[in-house]
Amino acid sequence: MTQHPHGTTGLIGASVPRVEDLALITGAGQYVDDIQLPGMLHMAVVRSPYPKARIRSIETAAARAMPGVAAVITSADLEGKLNVVAPPMFPGMQAPPTPALAAGMVYAVGAPIAAVVAATRTLAQDAANAVEVEYEPLPATVDVEVATAPGAAPVRDELQHNIVYTTVREGGDVDKAFGEAHHITRLRIQSPRQVVLAMEPRGLVAAPERPGQGLRVWISHQTPHLARSELAAELGYPEHLIHLSAPDVGGGFGSKSGIYREDLLACHLALKLDRPVKWVATRSEDFVATNQGRDQLMFSELALSQDGTMLGLKVKLLANMGAYLHFATAGPPQRMMGMAPGCYQIRNLRVEVSGVFTNTVSTGPYRGAGRPEAVLNIERLADLAARELGLDRIALRRKNFIRPDQFPYRTATGVEYDSGDYEKALDEALRLSGYDAMLRQRDERRARGELVGVGLCSFVEPSGGAFFESGSIRVEPSGAVTVLTGSSPHGQGLETTFAQVVGEKLGVPMDRISVRHGDTVAIQQGIGTFGSRSAIMGGGALVAAAEKVIDKAKRIAAHLLEAATEDIVLEDGAFAVAGVPNKAMTWAQISGAAHRGRIPADMEAGLQESATYDPRRESWGFGTHVALVSIETNTGELKIEKLVLVDDCGVLINPKIVEGQIHGGVAQGLGEALREHMRFDEDGQVLTGSLMDYAILRAADMPPLIMGETETPNPFNPLGVKGVGEAGANGAPPAVANAVMDALEPLGIRHVDMPYTAPKLWAAIRAAQGDQGA
Amino acid sequence: MFPASFDYHAPTTVPEALRLLAENGPDAKLLAGGHSLLPAMKLRLLEPGCLVDIGRIPELRGIRREGQTLVIGAATLHADIATSDVVRQAAPGLATAASLIGDVQVRNRGTIGGSAAHDDPAADYPVILTALDASFMLVSSAGARTVASGDFFLDYFTTALSDLEIITEVRIPGAAASVTSAYAKLEHPASGFLVVSAGVRIERGADGRCRTARIAIGGLGGRPFRATAVESALAGHALTPAAIAAAAALAADGSDPDGDAYAPAEYRRHMATVYVQRALEAAL
Ligand SMILES: Cc1cc2nc3c(=O)[nH]c(=O)nc-3n(C[C@H](O)[C@H](O)[C@H](O)COP(=O)(O)OP(=O)(O)OC[C@H]3O[C@@H](n4cnc5c(N)ncnc54)[C@H](O)[C@@H]3O)c2cc1C
Repeated sequence: MTQHPHGTTGLIGASVPRVEDLALITGAGQYVDDIQLPGMLHMAVVRSPYPKARIRSIETAAARAMPGVAAVITSADLEGKLNVVAPPMFPGMQAPPTPALAAGMVYAVGAPIAAVVAATRTLAQDAANAVEVEYEPLPATVDVEVATAPGAAPVRDELQHNIVYTTVREGGDVDKAFGEAHHITRLRIQSPRQVVLAMEPRGLVAAPERPGQGLRVWISHQTPHLARSELAAELGYPEHLIHLSAPDVGGGFGSKSGIYREDLLACHLALKLDRPVKWVATRSEDFVATNQGRDQLMFSELALSQDGTMLGLKVKLLANMGAYLHFATAGPPQRMMGMAPGCYQIRNLRVEVSGVFTNTVSTGPYRGAGRPEAVLNIERLADLAARELGLDRIALRRKNFIRPDQFPYRTATGVEYDSGDYEKALDEALRLSGYDAMLRQRDERRARGELVGVGLCSFVEPSGGAFFESGSIRVEPSGAVTVLTGSSPHGQGLETTFAQVVGEKLGVPMDRISVRHGDTVAIQQGIGTFGSRSAIMGGGALVAAAEKVIDKAKRIAAHLLEAATEDIVLEDGAFAVAGVPNKAMTWAQISGAAHRGRIPADMEAGLQESATYDPRRESWGFGTHVALVSIETNTGELKIEKLVLVDDCGVLINPKIVEGQIHGGVAQGLGEALREHMRFDEDGQVLTGSLMDYAILRAADMPPLIMGETETPNPFNPLGVKGVGEAGANGAPPAVANAVMDALEPLGIRHVDMPYTAPKLWAAIRAAQGDQGA
Repeated sequence: MFPASFDYHAPTTVPEALRLLAENGPDAKLLAGGHSLLPAMKLRLLEPGCLVDIGRIPELRGIRREGQTLVIGAATLHADIATSDVVRQAAPGLATAASLIGDVQVRNRGTIGGSAAHDDPAADYPVILTALDASFMLVSSAGARTVASGDFFLDYFTTALSDLEIITEVRIPGAAASVTSAYAKLEHPASGFLVVSAGVRIERGADGRCRTARIAIGGLGGRPFRATAVESALAGHALTPAAIAAAAALAADGSDPDGDAYAPAEYRRHMATVYVQRALEAAL
């Protein structure tokens, strides 16, 4: 059949423009801060300027006396209640609760000390400024190695030591492998801490419903149902009486999962004062009050035979978690457990991961959430190993790749990769980048004294898997379709892709389908969007729901057409007895019948079905990214001259949206590679607390991207898809890192950590030139 | 964040502005483009009780020549300076510096007088104005005085301006065909302010040789650094590439910059040599 704008066959795979965008780019989106309620109060938060301090006194009388102020609360008003409680993910995990307002001690810059509510946002801020806090500053611990050294001072008074948890996984015989190795490549890598910087900062509006009977919450969030559960537990408020929705959400990237202290405070104050309360973070607050990403220190050893066969791998990882644990803080470094060997057959593995407390802002998932570090680690090791053994880095990769016929492949630590063809993606990336010509060009330019490097990164990345997801399809009496998904999006375009999926399955045009999400009353239990999961999980649930709806529709059609159900076919969006298309029944006719009692006697009325989906396994997307870079010797300035991205995320539902996801991931990944670095000085003071200091990558800094794809369908889910939302952030930074190190190889430089700022590269070049006596 | 509350006045003449300043005492501050003052107020680093907006005083705006002197009203926008043919011709380095300030919004609000008065050590005008040997006309109810840039920019955020004075004009001498200028800037990747920059003014003799050079460097301390070693290395010499490179290598001689989290002192000193060379090359 030919495809036309409102056609349905071929919807999966079509670059349909995002239905979300018109409203969003014309300013018609509805974000938390757009919500105005009668009698609404505004909250402002007094925060600690110190990374560690004893609170000697808090003076609130002046603030309370200011015009328009409805309440000023401190920890004394909370009586130990109202704590964020991180789930104990691992046995023996130290997870002291995080009080919504610091009680006696503060352990990180930005920790809330008092909350003020007033008639307007500015009055609330004025009153917050009038709260006087007397501190006794104490020495802070910022560095994970310092925090874990014997005898280190505890980051928080209640801790015995500064380890949140340690997990170890071992497979094969690591000692034997290292004993037999011809060569061992060793590397210490620090991934820079990044600020998440969603365009819309965090925020919420909390409003009491009929007194004592309910709490209404609008919150900028990725996982509404999980948020409601956590909120209920931490507020001590019945879950079923909370009606929570995520309206339009301007990005989250992992940071808008879980409940934060301000969320508890706003809800508590709304209930206490019986008035709606709004809190929206300023950008400065978002820099110290929202989970940050990365910041892992990795020590690795890769054992190799003379011919470059990877025999064994040991990784020890110290992850900086900050002082306070939120819902998902402990999670990201765990990715190393499953991902350490990357694309390679390494049969002997030992991975040890420790989360570490420090007096810094909390960390948590950020686009990739542990994946970028794991990819960086193995891909830097692969390049260094090739260099140290005098082997070609591509040959070394090919030699060790898991082969297509080995899938599903179980790694040495028992993780199963579903499917893949890593060489195919590598070959495509080499072809697209003109790799050989690029190397020749590099060598010519090197001969002229330029610093030019080519680097690549082959990666696998898990997606989907955690939790279940839900979907519900309701065919209205008119034949129009309402889709309810538990995958609450925050920029991913799911209203478009899910309509494509349902449209294709039902044969209903997209303009007759609306996709709804993000509301705990309207939507059946569900989870949300994170970890590149939604196409797999939300998509999978909708496919299952579609099958159920079609099943029922067929039975109704059989009843009306007086035929056997097995003989009914769905074609071009209508039901007919096979071979008798002229008596086809439309969705409107079937649904009309379903809602008007013209159905079999033993059938329930209506035409709506729900399903949940849980594949109980992760999907493993993959790809190869290639970078060509040059560095100006005299200034250290790095230029990405070419960036080639070949990604395989299985079946593409909407290639344009996939492309957009890769673009976004690359932008955030290049931020990490080039310049983004959240820094604290030795005393724990924030050095990069605003966009005037923290160098987020901007549109004009993006190099042109050359994109390609291979398509290896995932055999383990109904759409054949794999996640792609994080691919750019996972693959691009290590490709750039390897290219930069390739450029610096002639100077004898072995490793420099990201981000590659000009002063940092210049200093490295200078030091190396000094060493070489230049 | 939000600024604390304040009173607002918008006089239309300089005497009226001076009167408002005097009446409201130390609590009053002049407001021009607001692009330094308002951010500081939002962060509550400053909480003036009274703002006197000089953005609506026509006599403070405009660009003109008085013989060999280029005269720029203190409330003239960065954008107007960047695009002015008069400036491009008389002091091309100034036009370049203006064009490199911030982004379009900043250039369409910020003023040369505001930038000079604010004296951010990472701002562009102090550097190029020092190179151009500019002077400032300062007016108070007691009268007017002219202060040369060398005596005006004193240290981090510190100028010769008193609380009761208004900068009315910036005066740049020597707008002659034999004089040229240029500006080169290394931007901070986050703020866009300078990490290091160089302003140069070259006066050539009839033989094409450099008669005098004035060179100011930003980013090496609390005030623009006069690269006197480069100035004397160039004076009297033909401006060959080799001569320029040799002179530029002396750019940081005698400077003692502080490093910061982004750019250590050593890097700044080296960048000074690179950017002085670039500015000199651009001037020719
Ligand atoms: C995002 C951003 C990026 C920027 N990037 C750059 C950059 O790259 N380079 C750069 O140089 N600057 C940069 N700036 C600063 C910008 O140039 C400011 O406009 C300028 O520093 C101040 O000028 P203004 O007219 O806005 O002064 P205001 O902010 O209104 O005032 C600044 C100070 O000067 C005083 N003042 C103003 N006018 C007078 C006067 N006529 N007489 C006496 N005192 C006066 C005020 O009282 C105040 O103390 C940036 C600003 C922003 C917000």
